Parts: sequence; structure tokens; C-alpha cells
Amino acid sequence: MSAPAPAPRTNRLGLAVADYRGGKTTLCAGCGHNAISERLLDAMFELGISPERVAKLSGIGCSSKSTAYFMGRSHAFNAVHGRMPAVATGAVLANRRLLALGISGDGDTASIGLGQFAHAMRRNLPMVYVIEDNGVYGLTKGQFSATADLGARLKTGVVNELPAIDTCALAIQLGASFVARSFSGDKRQLSALLRAALSHHGTALLDVVSPCVTFNDHEGSTKSYAYMKDHDAPVHELTYVPAREEVTVEYDPGTTVEVELHDGARLRLRKLEEGYDPRDRVKAVTRLLEAGKGGEVLTGLLFLDVHAPTFVDLLGLPDAPLATLPEEAVRPSRATLEEILEGLR
Amino acid sequence: MLEAEAAAEAAQRRVAPGQRLNDFSIQVATANGSGSQSSNTVLLRALFQMGLPVSGKNLFPSNIAGLPTWYTIRVSREGWIGRKKEVDLLVAMNPDTAREDVLGLPAGAVVVFDAPLALEGLRTDLCLYPVPFDRLVEPLAPDPKLRKLLRNMAYVGVLARLLSIEPAEVEAAIGRVFGKKARARELNLAAARAGLDWAEGVEKRDDLAVRRLDRNRGKLIVDGNAAAALGALFAGVTVVSWYPITPSSSLVETLIGYLRKHRMGPDGKPTFAVVQAEDELAAVGMAIGAGWAGARAMTATSGPGISLMGEFAGLGYFAEVPAVIFDVQRVGPSTGLPTRTAQGDVLSTAFLSHGDTQHVLLFPGSVEECFSMGVEAFDLAERLQTPVFVLSDLDLGMNNWVAEPFAYPERPMDRGKVLSKEDLERLGGFARYRDVDGDGVGWRTLPGTDHPRAAYFARGTGHDDQAGYSESPVAFEQNMARLRRKLDGARRLLPAPIAQGSGSAEVGVIAYGSSHHALVETRAQLQGEAGLEIDYLRVRGYPFADAVRAFVAAHRRVYVVEQNRDAQLLALLKLDLPAELVPRLRSVAHVHGLPLDARSVTDELLALERAP
Repeated sequence: MSAPAPAPRTNRLGLAVADYRGGKTTLCAGCGHNAISERLLDAMFELGISPERVAKLSGIGCSSKSTAYFMGRSHAFNAVHGRMPAVATGAVLANRRLLALGISGDGDTASIGLGQFAHAMRRNLPMVYVIEDNGVYGLTKGQFSATADLGARLKTGVVNELPAIDTCALAIQLGASFVARSFSGDKRQLSALLRAALSHHGTALLDVVSPCVTFNDHEGSTKSYAYMKDHDAPVHELTYVPAREEVTVEYDPGTTVEVELHDGARLRLRKLEEGYDPRDRVKAVTRLLEAGKGGEVLTGLLFLDVHAPTFVDLLGLPDAPLATLPEEAVRPSRATLEEILEGLR
Repeated sequence: MLEAEAAAEAAQRRVAPGQRLNDFSIQVATANGSGSQSSNTVLLRALFQMGLPVSGKNLFPSNIAGLPTWYTIRVSREGWIGRKKEVDLLVAMNPDTAREDVLGLPAGAVVVFDAPLALEGLRTDLCLYPVPFDRLVEPLAPDPKLRKLLRNMAYVGVLARLLSIEPAEVEAAIGRVFGKKARARELNLAAARAGLDWAEGVEKRDDLAVRRLDRNRGKLIVDGNAAAALGALFAGVTVVSWYPITPSSSLVETLIGYLRKHRMGPDGKPTFAVVQAEDELAAVGMAIGAGWAGARAMTATSGPGISLMGEFAGLGYFAEVPAVIFDVQRVGPSTGLPTRTAQGDVLSTAFLSHGDTQHVLLFPGSVEECFSMGVEAFDLAERLQTPVFVLSDLDLGMNNWVAEPFAYPERPMDRGKVLSKEDLERLGGFARYRDVDGDGVGWRTLPGTDHPRAAYFARGTGHDDQAGYSESPVAFEQNMARLRRKLDGARRLLPAPIAQGSGSAEVGVIAYGSSHHALVETRAQLQGEAGLEIDYLRVRGYPFADAVRAFVAAHRRVYVVEQNRDAQLLALLKLDLPAELVPRLRSVAHVHGLPLDARSVTDELLALERAP
């Protein structure tokens, strides 16, 4: 007789990791997107976020399909190509209590969806926006997207002759309040950034380089595992400290910055690159553009503004979701109609 | 001036037998941006206040200033408020069009014109009144720019005297139009007075006149866009996303004003959100996202915006998401005539998007219906879980109409089939796209519902009845068949068509939307001039009610009257009717940008009826 299996570990809601899982992935084995899904559900589990509160929004592409493969207890809307931000905006305005998680790809965001992406960044809608960035279209079998680097080469030998769009630099310039870049293969950094993003009040944009093992993981690709291992240049080392945790570790304020996030959690950034300050919008953009020219991939929390008002703040929405306000709150009275009509006589 | 005094004066002004009393049309020709809008509104209001059936239509260019613009006012003791094609009185203020405008007039027409235009020699069969407008307004303001605006109020005064419009009502209308702007009000009163005084000394040589009636008690003056905005307000709209486009912009702008005034909660916070989106794709995408999350969501647009919304419209249909889209139609194709009216989006909107997409359309035929269908569209969208398009047009939307007071919605809001947490506890779960009630409409849950089995995966990809991804041919066909059933069921839920006539005439006419106002007059003309009785059916929704088929079956010939080139509603009827009824349909379809007029329809119908 074997000993009874130990009860699975549960979070503060009493839920097990299994409660955060979704359908079986249909993406390729080794796809970076699967790793991102794992980090996401893990972050949700660890932070004790109720899956019922989460709305997963996505566009079209391999990345956008992945919302079916984690958190099956969350509502999801897999919409049209490049238009996830609009759907997310509508959903959040209808119910501001939703935790909106947008999953997009580099084609979905930087090619077909660049317009909606830009305006979402301007609005600072409260949501987490993850770009699963492999520089290539997977579902249509390997064409370049707009984040493909200049000079990158496809397996077929086609060379990309157009400059890449740096979604992070663009987001910072457009007024985004939380901008990060990471690598699907860097478990520690990605986990810390996702947790921080979930604690942020406003749009948290994460561009995660996520190699496509089928179409863009070869010699000559700049979004391959090998390339990222050589060129990943973290600007700092990140430690996420949840809101409820006591801080006991001492740190050197000369090399480490600590920022408090909206929900009371803290993010500790130990500088790896001298002089990088994620609170300076202009310098952050400049440094990103320099890094791009040098073939370096800067990762980490590239920009943070914890005080920027969100779109929901700007609209002054009430705490209760608009979607379920009762009839008496949204249909003015008979007397109001009479008053309006009197003004038209 | 006192009202009684004015009435006495009007009575003194005897008009010859055969006079056109309370039955004529005015056309005012000015340049865009010259302030004539206020003058024309004053004219319309004064006639309205005298209890006369009156309608006004602005025929304006796509331009901020300089291009010619016309405003037509029709007074009709019979109550006809459609456009009248013939001009009885022309006010010629625009040198660029005066000559052409005068040459186009029917014999016997009256012309009030700016004296320096020297139009006297053009025609001998008209009644001409040259007016020295510059001289009239010169003493009123030193600023020549201001004088240019006041000239237009002076013609109101001239017309008031010539037509016996009661000066007290002109004054009241000026008070209404200029409201609290005291200086503007005083100046305009003075300008109207200058026109009145000048015309006092002029011998009346025409037979146009008005006399007070009592036909407007309790009625409103309102445009269709404002009416639709009020519909949305009283429907309890909560999320509005839009992108500016003529002629729909004023719908949302008016709505914003009403929302700010009447929809602030007790905590001082809005019970609505409005977003001016980056384009129409985003505007409809936000509405779809909000509808999915349970809001009463809407957008408003016109033809080019409808084209851009295509992909999302298909998603809304296939993922079954409620949303309301107001389409205030203008003339296409492409940019077309952006400030002119048409019914040209019927066919493209009915099937907007690829695949077997089909949509619910509503056709308001009056400003009253812009309101009532504005309310009803939200109930239908949630009941049917699908985008609902309200097809208004520029004539309805941007022109002022005399209307009956809008009826407060008596039915409580229909939020459709939504399962709550408690429902899920009782049921243990649900299948999003399963037809449990036999009407093709499944039950949905809203994101955020706190139950482990509440979630489903909304998608534009093929799915089974549990919303799971599926490429099964069987599942796909079953789903599409259910959607077919759902849309077929809508026939019984949409506003029913309205029939006029005995039902036993040989000839039937089908029309919809703003064409209605020409059609009712055409019926009277056919009866009066040719003894031809016709039955008339006004269609108000698509998919068509069964009564439409019955109407076609009951008539030998059925003319479908509409404002587009390709007989778009007729095309939809052809798809819907049994093959043996199709040959009964004939088209009377025109699009030229001007609101449909009865005379043109009557003449064409008669010609077609008399053709061998």
C-alpha cells in the first residue's frame, strides 16, 4: 500500500494550480508561448487572483490562440486580428472590476494592430498587455512581422530589409505607464515582471521575446533562443515582493531601487546597467534606440509611472460595473423625458 | 407687436382667389457659413408656432464656408411634410446660384432677392421683389461681417410681412434660437424688424400666405439624430464608442449632452462611458467588447464607417454579441456625397462581413421612430444576442421635423438570456451555444460572474455548443442552422410593417424609412389625379415579417420605392419571397442626394402603370 498523495498546495483563495490550468496546448513543442502561459498562470496562482475575475482578450495568431491553454475558469474573447485593444477597452469600461489580460503577438500588435496598440497605450486602460514576440507569422507559415530586425533572415533565405518597430520604445513615447521587455526563456525575470504587471494600475505592457521553434529559431534569426542567450541585456535584476510580505532583506540603496506598486506590492530593481532609470521617459527611449542599433536586447522594467491616471480614472466611472447597473440607475424617469420634450416644443 | 394686432393685419391683407394659402414651398439660397441656418430655423419655428404643418430641409454642401447651400421649407395644410419638388417662393441671396435658381423656377413663382443681383430681366412670368438688404441692415451694425449675418435675418422679416407670418411669432422664435445671447437676440430682432418695416411699404403682388391653424399642439421640433440619442438615453445605454462622421456625429454629440445632464448617479459619477475611438474599427470593437461584458453598448456611423466595421460585425454575429449600431446613411459609393441623403447601405449592411453573416436591421420612418427604435434596438440586441443596425438617413437624422411627443418606454428593459451565479449553482453548468429553448438563442454568462463554471470562450473560430474550438463539419452545420433559426425568429420580434389602404387594391407599394413621407402624399395624388387606389406597406425591420410576404401575395403588382440605384430592398425581398411572387416586384429607385418627393414617385408610378 502506498501512502496517500499529499494534498495539492493551495493559494490564499484555497485554489490549486490545477484551477488555473486551461485546455491542452496545440502550439508546437518548445514554443515560447507555452512558457509564457505557464508563467502567467503561475503568477495568477501565486498572487491569489480569482480566475473568475480575469478576462482574457486576444486577437489572431499563435499567441492569441494561447488564451485557450491556461485559466479555463476565466472568460475569454478571441476576437479579430489586431483589434484586441478595442475589445479590451469595451470590456473594461463595461465592467471595471475585471482584470483584463490581453495576449497579442508581434504581427497582431505591430503590423495589423499598430493603430489600436498606439491608442491603447495613450489611454492607459487598466490591463496587462502581453506581446508574445517571435518576429514572424506562425499560422501562415513564416512571414516576417514588423518587429523582425533589420537584416534578419528567414529559413527560406529572405532577408528583412525594413527596420523593426520597437513596441517598447513606441509605448514609452506614447505615454504608457508600465513598459517591460523580457524573454520567454528567462523564468525568473518574466515571473517578476508579470507579477509586477498584475500589481500595476494602468496599462502594463510586456513585450516578451518568444522564439518560434518552427519558423524562426535558426542561425540568422534575431528572435531565436541562441540569439537571445547571447544578446539579452537585462538592465537590472528584479525581485517582486508581494503586498502582504514583510521585508527583511537589507539592500544597498546605491545599487538598488525599490518602487511601490498600486496594490502595495514592491518591486526591487538591482541595477545591472549603470545610469538606467526606469522613471525617465526620455532617457529610456534613447537607451532603447541605442541598444537596438547595437543588436542588444534590453530587458527588464524599462519604464514605470505609478501615478499616471488610467482611462477609467479619467472617465470618473463609478465603482459598480456599468454593465449591471439596475434599470432605475440607467433609465431616466418619465418626468425627465417630459422635461426634455418640453425643451423641444 | 401684439398677437391680436398681427392677426388683424393679416386679415386685412386680402389675397386674391386661387391664393396659395398655407400650401407652398420656400427655398432659401445662400452661401454656406453665412449664418442662414439661424434665420431658417427662425422661419421654421415661427410657422410651427402658428400651428401650421411645416417641414424644413437643409440641402447643404460638404464644406465649412463658401459653397452654395439651400434650405427648403414647406407649409402644407394637408399635412404633407415630404420634400416638395417645385419651388413657390425663392429667396435668392447667393450671387453664385441666383441666375440658375431663378431660371429653374416654375411660372408664377415668387422671388425675393438681393437687389444688386438685378434678376428682374431674367423672366417675365415670375413675381419679383428686389430687396436692398445692405441698406436695411446698415444702420444696425458697423461691422460688415456682422451685417452679412443680419442680412439673412432681414429676409425673415421681409417674408413675414409678405406671407403674413405673425411678427410676434417671429420675435418669439428669435428669442428661442438666440436664447441667452442678449446682444445677438437684440440685433437679430432689429434685423427682422427692418425687413418687416421695409416690406410694409411694398405692394403685395403674389398669392402666397399663411393663416394660423391649430395643428401643432403639444408637438416637438426635433431632428432624428437627437431623437435617436434620446432613444439610447432612455434605453439605458452604458458604453458609447464612436468616430466622427457626417451625418452621424450629431447623434453622439447630442447624446453626450443628454448623458451629462441626466445620467449622473447619486454619487456624482456618470452611469455611462463615452469614448471617441481612433477609427470605426475600434469604435465597433469597443461596442462589441462592452456588449460581451454585459453593457448596453452602441456606436453611430455612416456608410464609410459601416464598410470599416465589416469584420467586427461578422464577429458579433458569429460570437453572438449584442451591440447597437446606428447608421445615418449618406450617399455612396466611396466618399460619395457626404452631406446628402440616401438609403444605400441596406444590402451591404444586411450581410455585412464575410461568410454567411446576416444582420437585424431596423428602418425608422420618422423622428418618433428614431426614438422608439432607438430604445427597442437595445432590447432586441440583448434578446437576440447579435448586433442590431438602425438604418436612419441624413434627411431623418439632420433635418428638423415636427413630431408627436415621444412615448416613455412602458416595457422594462429586456436584458435577454443571462445566467447569474445563482442560476449556475442551480444548474451546475451551461452550454453557451446550446439551443435549450428552441428559438436559436443560447444562454450566456457575463465575464466576472463568480462561479467556477461561468466562463466560456467567445471566439470567431468554429465552435461547438460549449464554445469549444471545433472544426467538426457536423458541429459547424448545426451551429449555422441554429443561427439561421435565430434570425428567422427575429421576424416575429421586430417592429411589424404598417399597412395603409383597403388591402383590396390591385397595386401595392412597399417603402421604408424616410421615403414614407413622399409615399403617403403619392397615394393621395394617385387617388386624386388618376383615380388609382394603391395599398401601401411600410417595412420597419429585416429579416422581414411574414406580413410582407402576405402583402406581396395579395397584390398583382408591387412597386418597391427606395432611395438608391440598385433596388436594394427589392433585392432582399427577392431572396426572401417564394419564386412565384418575385415577378410581381417592380422597382422605383432613385438616388440623387435630395430627399424623395411625392411628385416624382407619382409620375413614375403612373407611367409604369400605363406602360403596355
